[in-house]
Amino acid sequence: MLFLNDTRFRAAFYQFVAISAVLLAAWVMYRTASANLARQDIATGFGFLSRQAGIAISETSIAYGPTDTVARAILVGLINTIKVSFLAALFGTIIGVFVGIGRLSANPLLSRLMLAYVEVLRNVPLLLYLFLWYFLIILVFPPVRQAIQLFPGFFLSNSGLAVPSLEWHSGFELVLSALGLGIAAALVVRSVARRRRIASGQANAGWIVALILLILPVLAVWASGQVSLSWSAPEAGRFRLTGGLQIRPEFVALLVGLMLNLSASVAEIVRAGIQAVSKGQWEAAQALGLPRSRTLRLVVLPQALRVIVPPLTNTYLSVFKNSSLAIAIGYPDLVMVSNTIMNQTGQAMETIAIFMGIYLGLSVLISLFMNWYNARVALKTR
Amino acid sequence: MTDTQALSAPIANVARPARRSQWRTAYFGTPGNALVTLVCGGVILLLAKFALGWLFLNAVFDGGAEACKQSSGACWPFLADKLRYMLFGFYPFEEQWRPLVALSLFLGSCGLSMIPRVWGRGLLLAWVIGILPLLYVLMAGGVFGLTAVPTSKWGGLPLSFMLSFVGLAFALPLGIGLALARASHLPAIRVLGVGFIELVRGVPLISILFMAAVMLPLFMPDGVTIDKLLRAQVAIILFAAAYIAEIVRGGLQDVPSGQFEAGRALGLHYWQVMFKIVLPQALKKVIPALVGLFIAFFQDTTLVTIIGLLDFLDTVRTALRDPDWQGIAVLEGYVFAAAIYFLFSALMGVYSRFLERHFNTSYR
Repeated sequence: MLFLNDTRFRAAFYQFVAISAVLLAAWVMYRTASANLARQDIATGFGFLSRQAGIAISETSIAYGPTDTVARAILVGLINTIKVSFLAALFGTIIGVFVGIGRLSANPLLSRLMLAYVEVLRNVPLLLYLFLWYFLIILVFPPVRQAIQLFPGFFLSNSGLAVPSLEWHSGFELVLSALGLGIAAALVVRSVARRRRIASGQANAGWIVALILLILPVLAVWASGQVSLSWSAPEAGRFRLTGGLQIRPEFVALLVGLMLNLSASVAEIVRAGIQAVSKGQWEAAQALGLPRSRTLRLVVLPQALRVIVPPLTNTYLSVFKNSSLAIAIGYPDLVMVSNTIMNQTGQAMETIAIFMGIYLGLSVLISLFMNWYNARVALKTR
Repeated sequence: MTDTQALSAPIANVARPARRSQWRTAYFGTPGNALVTLVCGGVILLLAKFALGWLFLNAVFDGGAEACKQSSGACWPFLADKLRYMLFGFYPFEEQWRPLVALSLFLGSCGLSMIPRVWGRGLLLAWVIGILPLLYVLMAGGVFGLTAVPTSKWGGLPLSFMLSFVGLAFALPLGIGLALARASHLPAIRVLGVGFIELVRGVPLISILFMAAVMLPLFMPDGVTIDKLLRAQVAIILFAAAYIAEIVRGGLQDVPSGQFEAGRALGLHYWQVMFKIVLPQALKKVIPALVGLFIAFFQDTTLVTIIGLLDFLDTVRTALRDPDWQGIAVLEGYVFAAAIYFLFSALMGVYSRFLERHFNTSYR
């Protein structure tokens, strides 16, 4: 029985047992599932993706109608998920940075107020807040017929905010490519100017050149006369507003809920990051004559970023995943659209597999991007 | 030691500024600071005025739905009327003393178990063979002359606590196992561990709950059905296990590898080294983080309302839709639910910070 005591044999044996157990479980599940599906007469496979969806989606960023395919409906849901997560992450980060800095204020009133803000947001479930914000929007704002006109063309009612929008008739791609060209040129100028500034120690006018380069191509395209666009202003009808851009209450409730939730987490991360920068850095900057705000911006925050970025990655991932709570208040995100399709086709397994796969893939992408950013701000050791 | 004390004592006495001037610097040190104080003070006063007016001054204390409709303040009669429903859901009305006793017993035992001094094998045993079975018997009944109550009637706060507490209690051993698998030197075991952890952490909880609600029945042999509550509970256990595994992995990485090697050099088996040397050190480091995770999961259990379980948030929302009170006390209901969640989450947050200090000092 010598080979039983051989570690190499035992390692191989354990791994063999583990993999066989997983494969066996998968096989048994596959067999029962296919038997169940056959008995319940549910179709399998991904053929349903190219069929007509037949569902209406209340918020679409790309052209979509009930006659479009299931795949396109899922794409609309995905775009809605990305839209709300991105905006929530953007605004939530900005608020969170200020709250986090406010938490460390020397003024006890401000720091305690910010502490209360963070605690109230962190200790109550996000889902409860979503219901609450949604309810408040419906409660506080008047029905469409008595919509409040904030400015000419801006209407606020309990079916959302209606704002004027631009409608492109031609030349959209031209302007877009001009803008891309401008951004690329500005980035190049900025990096050259930055290198020169660091080499010479002198401030230069690089940012002005960059700014001019940013808008010049767009202006040039505009002046060429190939672009035509018009304003579309919302008009108050009898039952609803027509025209313009309509921002729906579900979207606002979800955006506000996610944004505030994220801002509390970001505030805690920023506070911890700033506290991790040694006090000597503050004192040295003060001794050099830098005012407090510039010390924070130029000395402390860049160093704090190293501590901040890794937990921030997790926060962004969680806002992306939390956007799936949209289904509770009826915002058509990826999960809600998939759920509707699932109820219609009965193909639960394929639909769940699709949206889980999408979440998984995008989570990995966000992680990769944040890891790249983390490597940029990380301490350069020579 | 005595020298420094003698030196610093008079200096400290002289240098300490008067409390009054300290106070003035903190609030009105510079013009900017004074402005911040005024703005913050204004915000706090406004909030306090609104809260006081809504909760007490303009509130309705007796009367029915009609009185509440007229008033702009909080509607306390709504809470009094629907309190039992919000706390216990559809649990049979005459039997509601049982979830009440179970909840009190559970919270009391939790409170006692929070004291680090009572931690140990005895406490674990008391939970496993004493408290948990007793709680189950109280809730489910069917023995000792208690009427049987099916899980479909369970609801409210006891359900929320059950989903999060049982979820985490079962997820803990599973999560530790996954963390060990991820740290294993056997490639196949490691790949399985990493695969499970990353798969679960990459998707939202709601998708796993959907899987449990919709997909799991498809994997069951014909005629076998699993209770809906149990399915959601299993989903929460699996989800929590992946997050626990990552926290425990952090703890494992903090234990110097010399500890493992020394254990093996003494001739201990892998499992002996892990359970007697490495894990005790690793787990001690991550207990505050685990309490933090528990807070998050206590709040995340609200998601089961989306797949139709009657947790606390769901019973509150159902109470709001009661025909007698519809549209009258919505804000009241949400504020009440928020207050309950805040109370327990904040208490656990305080406990987590206490543990952090407790373990910090015991090392020095």
